[in-house]
Amino acid sequence: MKNIGVIIETDKGKIKEACFGMITLARAKGARLFAVVLDQDGEGPNLKSDLKSGLNPDMKADLEAFGITKIIAVSFSPGRNKNPVVRAKAVIEAISAHDLDTVFALSTARGKDLLPRIAALAGAPLVMDCFDVDFEKNQVKTSQYSGKTIAVIELSGKVSVVGIRPNAVEPCRAETTALADLLFLDASDMLSRNLQVVKAGEADRSAAVSLAEAEVIVSGGRGMKNKENFSLIAQCAERLNAAVGASRVAVDSGWVPYSMQVGQTGEKVSPRVYIAWGISGSIQHFAGMKTSGMVIAVNTDENAAIMSNCDYYVKADVLDILPELINVLDNG
Amino acid sequence: MQIYVCVKHVPDSAAHIHIVGRNGIDETVAFLLNPFDEHALTEAERIRQSLPGSEIVAVCLGKEDAEKTLRSSLAMGADRGLLIASDQRYDSIETARILKSAIEQDGTPDLILTGKESIDAEGMQTMFRIGALFDFPVVNNVVKLDIADGKAVVDTDLSSGIVDTYELSLPCVIGAGKGLNTPRYPTFPDVVKSKKKPVKTIRLDGLQLDTAPAASRMTLVELAPLKQKREPKEIIGDPGAVAREMVRILKQEAKVI
Repeated sequence: MKNIGVIIETDKGKIKEACFGMITLARAKGARLFAVVLDQDGEGPNLKSDLKSGLNPDMKADLEAFGITKIIAVSFSPGRNKNPVVRAKAVIEAISAHDLDTVFALSTARGKDLLPRIAALAGAPLVMDCFDVDFEKNQVKTSQYSGKTIAVIELSGKVSVVGIRPNAVEPCRAETTALADLLFLDASDMLSRNLQVVKAGEADRSAAVSLAEAEVIVSGGRGMKNKENFSLIAQCAERLNAAVGASRVAVDSGWVPYSMQVGQTGEKVSPRVYIAWGISGSIQHFAGMKTSGMVIAVNTDENAAIMSNCDYYVKADVLDILPELINVLDNG
Repeated sequence: MQIYVCVKHVPDSAAHIHIVGRNGIDETVAFLLNPFDEHALTEAERIRQSLPGSEIVAVCLGKEDAEKTLRSSLAMGADRGLLIASDQRYDSIETARILKSAIEQDGTPDLILTGKESIDAEGMQTMFRIGALFDFPVVNNVVKLDIADGKAVVDTDLSSGIVDTYELSLPCVIGAGKGLNTPRYPTFPDVVKSKKKPVKTIRLDGLQLDTAPAASRMTLVELAPLKQKREPKEIIGDPGAVAREMVRILKQEAKVI
């Protein structure tokens, strides 16, 4: 029987929605499903107190509904849960304590840090950003060559480490569920010798939705013309609970920070909906967003590459349509 | 300070990728220096300016043609190049073993820099494996790096511009993110100078590698082109009608609002 460990990411004390899609993908026939809860951010469940109460009850019930039967709750010494090396060591301890043969985590920024640390320390194979898994063959599917190709990769080794692309799989509740066993893992004596955390980033910023995990991305390019107009993108995103993206032109023009760039040398995204405002759709931009669900493009140039490689297009000036869209979202 | 920058020879981002056989690509397209590695090289050059006497060695595992990528690295400031020439394809586990062995044979690193990922295989892990083999601390997607008093203080981007700050002992491995710096592109004299700088080519049998096969590996079984099946439909009407139709699509078809 397979023992599959799924590392749970939380945000403000709740399990991130994308985790449920990942658990759905992990629900292989006859596998035992473990959730590994590392107390992802400062706002997350306080495991010390939850050790007594038996974890946040909502969180436990949610995990059970998706087929998790064992929950490994890791407790760290105060502050040490922020150290990426300590976190990786704790997962490696969970792997050996519970005989896990597969470990999943989301290919989010946190996952892109944690998973390779686990794989490198454990000498295990790893493939990031997978959107499909074949447990029988131990093969996964991911993108290569900037989204231009799909690669099937076989993992060989004692433990397989797999990064799952957020939103790649629709969350689906398990048909049969059971009360999950709570297993506690004490990582309080784990240390990092040569890497210390000086300051941990704010986990609870109010506005910004992370690009890698967003369900909807509202993205702007050259057609936005200037920084002031670009603020319309943010206003629209706020109303759609979406993340703000940008093309390289918008970043290089200094309208938005580089961290918002979608594309080959920016963020690779796969939201359910990608709305491109005044973006021509260069091959490098497509490299970052072509795995999106629905693509909607607004552009004055009907010959722009994106207009023939989208689901809906509007031939118009973004500055005519975008304020109107914000208006409709506000007033119906 | 002895700085090693691991660089990769990758297909040009604008190239169309044609798949050959079950898992190969047509390699006649233009190959060049991996874009993220430009940030690593630029940072190495910046460090050298504050720590005179430092040496920058660019290291590349790739086919003979990868000498071009090493020449680009030399034009961006590296002092010499080290090419581990092989036509084979290696996974990240093997690559890290080979790079580690080549670096170790060459000298004693104080700092190893890489780009945060390669734009071809997109494995996002080789820097961590190199670090584990050397037992050096590693941070990837670094957007700020300060080296002083035998340690490195780094900011790493955790998404949407939120950063963690870490302190690492030296030697360490740093994966350069896009926000780290703006690559300084070579001038014509830089390119001329780069042609005179030394590139040493070594073969795998010239390295002291563990000959036992790795216990773990990743095998590329198959490559397929990503099929795009989008059939664009036009939304027409005055701005108000277009906006209402967009909201309808978002609600009823995409079901995101």
